[in-house]
Amino acid sequence: MTAGPGTEEAQPVTSALQSAPMPRKVTAKKLIVTPIVIVLALIGTYVWISNVSLDPIEKNSLSGALVRQALWQHIRLTAYSTFFVLVIAIPLGIALTRGGVRKASPVATAIANLGQSIPSIGLLALLTFWLGIGPRTALVGMVAYAVLPVLSNTMSGLRGIDPQLVDAARGIGMSGFGVLTKVELPLAVPLILAGVRNALVLNVGTGTLAGFVSGGGLGTLITNGIVTQRTRVLIVGSVLAVALALFVDWLASLAELQLTPRGLEES
Amino acid sequence: MPEGDAVTGATIELDELTKRYGHSAQPAVDGVSMEIAAGETVILVGPSGCGKSTCLRMINRLIEPTSGRILINGEDVTGIDPVKLRRRIGYAIQSSGLFPHMTVAENIAQVPKMLGWSKSTVRDRVEQMLDLVGLDPREFHGRYPRQLSGGQQQRVGVARALAADPPVLLMDEPFGAVDPITRDHLQDELIRLQHELHKTIVFVTHDFDEAIKLGDRIAVLREQSHIAQFDTPEAILTNPADDFVSGFVGAGAALKRLNLTRVRDVGVVDVPTAAMDDPRETVVDRLREGTSNELLLLDRRGRPYKWLRTGDLALAKGSLARAGTPVTGHVSRDATLRDALEAVLTDSAGRVPVTGRRGEYVGVVDMETLMNSVHELLEADRMAAIEHRHDLEEMRAHHTQEQLEAGFGEGGR
Repeated sequence: MTAGPGTEEAQPVTSALQSAPMPRKVTAKKLIVTPIVIVLALIGTYVWISNVSLDPIEKNSLSGALVRQALWQHIRLTAYSTFFVLVIAIPLGIALTRGGVRKASPVATAIANLGQSIPSIGLLALLTFWLGIGPRTALVGMVAYAVLPVLSNTMSGLRGIDPQLVDAARGIGMSGFGVLTKVELPLAVPLILAGVRNALVLNVGTGTLAGFVSGGGLGTLITNGIVTQRTRVLIVGSVLAVALALFVDWLASLAELQLTPRGLEES
Repeated sequence: MPEGDAVTGATIELDELTKRYGHSAQPAVDGVSMEIAAGETVILVGPSGCGKSTCLRMINRLIEPTSGRILINGEDVTGIDPVKLRRRIGYAIQSSGLFPHMTVAENIAQVPKMLGWSKSTVRDRVEQMLDLVGLDPREFHGRYPRQLSGGQQQRVGVARALAADPPVLLMDEPFGAVDPITRDHLQDELIRLQHELHKTIVFVTHDFDEAIKLGDRIAVLREQSHIAQFDTPEAILTNPADDFVSGFVGAGAALKRLNLTRVRDVGVVDVPTAAMDDPRETVVDRLREGTSNELLLLDRRGRPYKWLRTGDLALAKGSLARAGTPVTGHVSRDATLRDALEAVLTDSAGRVPVTGRRGEYVGVVDMETLMNSVHELLEADRMAAIEHRHDLEEMRAHHTQEQLEAGFGEGGR
């Protein structure tokens, strides 16, 4: 009764630091090193290819138009497959953590696991029997392959939320939908985004296999290189695929930084 | 918005509220009936697992009762949309339950926003609520929960629960996860808030001392939420209904009773006083006139300054400035008798000045006054309890007679 009201506030809160917005956790490695490595690798390859004499087959395979087309196809494949992965995996992950559907979650996880444990090239080969060859088959294979990380991260993100918070949200009068959109999903964002990033990188990788089923993309360059025994073609295709994977990962990490709700950082 | 002393709370009536999980034979909560007046603070207290939380969570239907009814302000809310119901009831839980991805302001604004208040009203309300719970709006507005101490988080939790000015506030061990000193502050804060707001508060705790401190009435619950005793803290302390209640009250009921009465409610004695600026002769005269051999010198603002005994002036060779012993401790009129007792026990001469709001002298408490007050209090409690018991017995007798008569009436037909 006699103690002043200030005692409690005297707890170790470094208020000077905290009244200013927290600096975001951006490591220099993420922001600068990755793009530098990508650019150096691309320039190095370009300079090297420009300075060696290429035989007609190589010249034909490495023509600007063809390489650009392969790259563009690859990007499109990645973008489309990631889009479908998000549209399938996130709602599915949400549904599998709600009410009665929760019981089905082991089955769903098992199926998704199956998709990933089959070797991707095997999966693509099997799909050609069903869907024939072409970009569509590649797309289906890529989606089947990348659903798992997003699905499981969405589910564990939603499951990992402190039940007290959900209780508080319901207790102050949020509807089930309100609890999901205002509390659960924002809190699960970091994990979901990590899953998406994982899927993106996986998709760039699996995308190279599209070449085997005439799905286009950088895989075409690699396959051509192998078939025609032209190592340089093979190397250009591989370097481009690696650079694209790194670049996509870099973009996704930026998005992760941007989209993670403030207040969750460093927690 | 609450103004003055108007009661803004609502009555709550629980009618045979029961919760049974699955097909288990034992219900978790078995037929709780309780009437809570508007503006009353009722504490549900009991050992862990007695279903007190379940009981509380049935009031806003976070847990749907298996049977029974809940009436708020006479309206049966057992069947209405639970989401709408909860927006009308404040809810605060242990470890605050603040949303970590929202700022303090966003957390507090949740319910008003859901109720469709305009943006500017919500903004004003948030500032007002922060002020109410003693946090500076400018400083705390934009902070995230993890940047707050446990006590501050709990304050924000209470602010969020009160944001839409609900008549009823449910609190589920809200101060369970903070350290004892902070808890004490938060309890004082809640008492102050309730003094201003007059909400109907239902508060769950397992800490009986907390129950005594905060409750207008306390319901001591045993397993399956059977009410062992539902009465004022005074009555429970002096007259526990059975061994279970007295076991829960624990040792030192008389000491705990001291926490319930404040110094301003008991008599203080007067001692002769003099102002520091009074001439020496006046002081000496007053000392001589007085019944005791002591005099309290007050400073220019009327605050106790030092004690002066008959011999002191001679010892200090007549200098008023050097004579006497400075006053070391004092208690405010709002202090509990327990605080006063503590102060009296530590004072070398066994008496302590009582001060008013601005620290000015009001009177003195000593061992004798305290003892007398405590005896009177306990006696009064005992009488009240006997009367209460008598009333109950009479009512029961009346009831039995009525039943008997009714029985005979039917038999005669």
